Amino acid sequence: MWPLPFATSCCGIEFMATMGSHYDISRFGAERPSFSPRQSDVLLVMGTIAKKMAPVVKQVYLQMAEPRWVVAVGACASSGGIFDTYSVLQGIDRVIPVDVYVPGCPPRPEQILDGLMQVQELAKGESLRRRESEEYRALLESYNILEKNDR
Amino acid sequence: MIDNQRLVEEIGGHFGEKVRQFGENSGILTFSIAPGDLTEVVAFLKEHPVLKFNFLTDITGIHFPDNEGAELCSVYMMHSWENRIRVRIKVFLPKENPVVPSLTPLFNAANWMERETFDFFGILFSGHPNLKRILNMEDMDYHPMRKEYALEDPTRRDKIDDLFGR
Amino acid sequence: MTEKNTLVARTQEEALALNVPLQEENNYTTLNLGPTHPATHGIFQNILTMDGERIVSSDMTVGYIHRAFEKIAERRPFYQITTLTDRMNYCSSPINNMGWHMTVEKLLEITVPKRAQYIRVIMMELARIADHLICSSIMGVDTGAFSGFLYVMQEREKIYEIYEEMCGARLTTNMGRIGGMERDLSPTAIKKIKDLVYNSLPKVFAEFEELFDRNRIFRDRTIGVGAVSQEMAMSYGFTGPNLRAAGIDYDVRVMEPYSSYEDFEFDIPVGHNGDTYDRYKVRNAEVWESIKIVRQAIENLPEGPYYANENHYYLPPKHSVYRNMEALIYHFKIVMGEIDAPVGEVYHAVEGGNGELGFYLISDGGRTPYRLHFRRPCFIYYQAFGELIKGGTVSDAVPIMSSLNVIAGELDA
Repeated sequence: MWPLPFATSCCGIEFMATMGSHYDISRFGAERPSFSPRQSDVLLVMGTIAKKMAPVVKQVYLQMAEPRWVVAVGACASSGGIFDTYSVLQGIDRVIPVDVYVPGCPPRPEQILDGLMQVQELAKGESLRRRESEEYRALLESYNILEKNDR
Repeated sequence: MIDNQRLVEEIGGHFGEKVRQFGENSGILTFSIAPGDLTEVVAFLKEHPVLKFNFLTDITGIHFPDNEGAELCSVYMMHSWENRIRVRIKVFLPKENPVVPSLTPLFNAANWMERETFDFFGILFSGHPNLKRILNMEDMDYHPMRKEYALEDPTRRDKIDDLFGR
Repeated sequence: MTEKNTLVARTQEEALALNVPLQEENNYTTLNLGPTHPATHGIFQNILTMDGERIVSSDMTVGYIHRAFEKIAERRPFYQITTLTDRMNYCSSPINNMGWHMTVEKLLEITVPKRAQYIRVIMMELARIADHLICSSIMGVDTGAFSGFLYVMQEREKIYEIYEEMCGARLTTNMGRIGGMERDLSPTAIKKIKDLVYNSLPKVFAEFEELFDRNRIFRDRTIGVGAVSQEMAMSYGFTGPNLRAAGIDYDVRVMEPYSSYEDFEFDIPVGHNGDTYDRYKVRNAEVWESIKIVRQAIENLPEGPYYANENHYYLPPKHSVYRNMEALIYHFKIVMGEIDAPVGEVYHAVEGGNGELGFYLISDGGRTPYRLHFRRPCFIYYQAFGELIKGGTVSDAVPIMSSLNVIAGELDA
């Protein structure tokens, strides 16, 4: 499960601690965190997403290739966190579909690892035809994400 | 050793009636001036051979909705490293025409600080090279730190204010 | 750009002399060092105009993580704002917390007992060590050396354990209270601090320095890159290690000592040229100075209470809340936020990891501040970045950015 660490703020520092040797995310299959959307499986959105940044998150999500999963790490990414203000997006599930939410402010590295393991469970149990199914297409439609030519 | 009393004498002596409302807030001398005199006063403080206020610490704004004719206030904080003393300058501006000269010719640091004050309060800095919004989105049409605007996003539909005690 | 076998002239005279076409003006490319970039410490955008490999100019955009701290602070009672201050410079959050507490104590004119001041100094210096460790190791990562980061993160984990002993959280600490600290240093915490500053950190940090100090590649990439002169630094509002690398020894801990810093002996490391290598060296030297301060503080920790006797702002101990009527009333009033602050206007600055972190607080007598402004060092000195990268290449821009230690949470607040 190669992650794309989309680290914005404090949760990003906890991710750096998870990448360090004490908690070591590479034991869980995430040896190669890549910053290229085309080559990663999981989009880990860590930190507050402001409304100015939301189009960028959506763009990065669109550039990922199927199958792709999204983990919203931290309270800010899940629901806006403590920042209920005019400039903060109240959760990234306003713009992209999310698979796993990891609550916490910031979540401990063990929680981030648990989130990654949940994605692995989802991936194990997912049917091979899920990305073509009607339900998935309806989900993407509800986010205004067109299928082919997603630029 | 320069202390606040000496500062009052120097500044008051040089500028006379143009500086008003000398006060001391938590040890820092504060005074207010008219917008047109700002560049002169700051240049005086910066180039004075004894006072030597070489550093512009901060520029920010305050909104007083109750002061008629002086709703917005632009606050400048300066620091003299050699004399270890700070000073605060306030410029009160009316809401209709909040124009004050920019300090970018004197201090490069004023550039973004003035953009931030413009972004949040709508204070216009004349002579600024690039007065655009810096922290908020470019197409935002109001100045959020003014007291009449709420903290939360006015266009959201999901969070019910009653449940959150608002 | 030109085709493969065609000569072009750069000036009109050359064009006439050699009978070749004139090069088109402004053959510049635009490169977006965008908000999501592996090398940036946060999210800010730089649209670079480049002439081949050299950067001609850059258009900086910030605000991608603007969270409106100042507006939120107008809605929260004083002790709830501590959690906001955590999230500004999140690599060294105890410094922000203590700075805020000291600002409120200045407004309320409370004196904090010596033991609490020493504990605050220990926590702030540990936070400064943590911040500089991250900055230096990420400079290594940005120039391609990953293993230094792993060694140093282990030490950061030890500092996190000390924070946990003190306040329960790792990163966003909410440490201390208005009037002192919320709990005393437990024996485990003292043991861990001594272990850190006497045994493990000096060894690991010496090894880390050995990796980079005389490393040919690192030195070639950082010496002479992004140099800042003293006048430019003062004019652009630099403070902190970036200013000290240029040669000016301005440190708020010495200029306006707070929280018993005058009791400690430490040097202020200063650089010569203000380039990237000097900034890196100044930060490393500051880590050694901070280790010195923590050692002095923990050896000379005075006895006494760890909080001021300020009933209106400091929660009374639980056992007296259950037995004593006044304690119960104070507890109720503090928790429900019914206590009004006096009218006043204060500015207090602390030496944060990146420079002078200032808190400008105006209180109008209510339970929340009327206006709170944070003087954030990162926001002010990041303006100079556009000037520093002119004439360099992208591979110079990246170490300059990471040596300035721009932390997005502090940039946008």
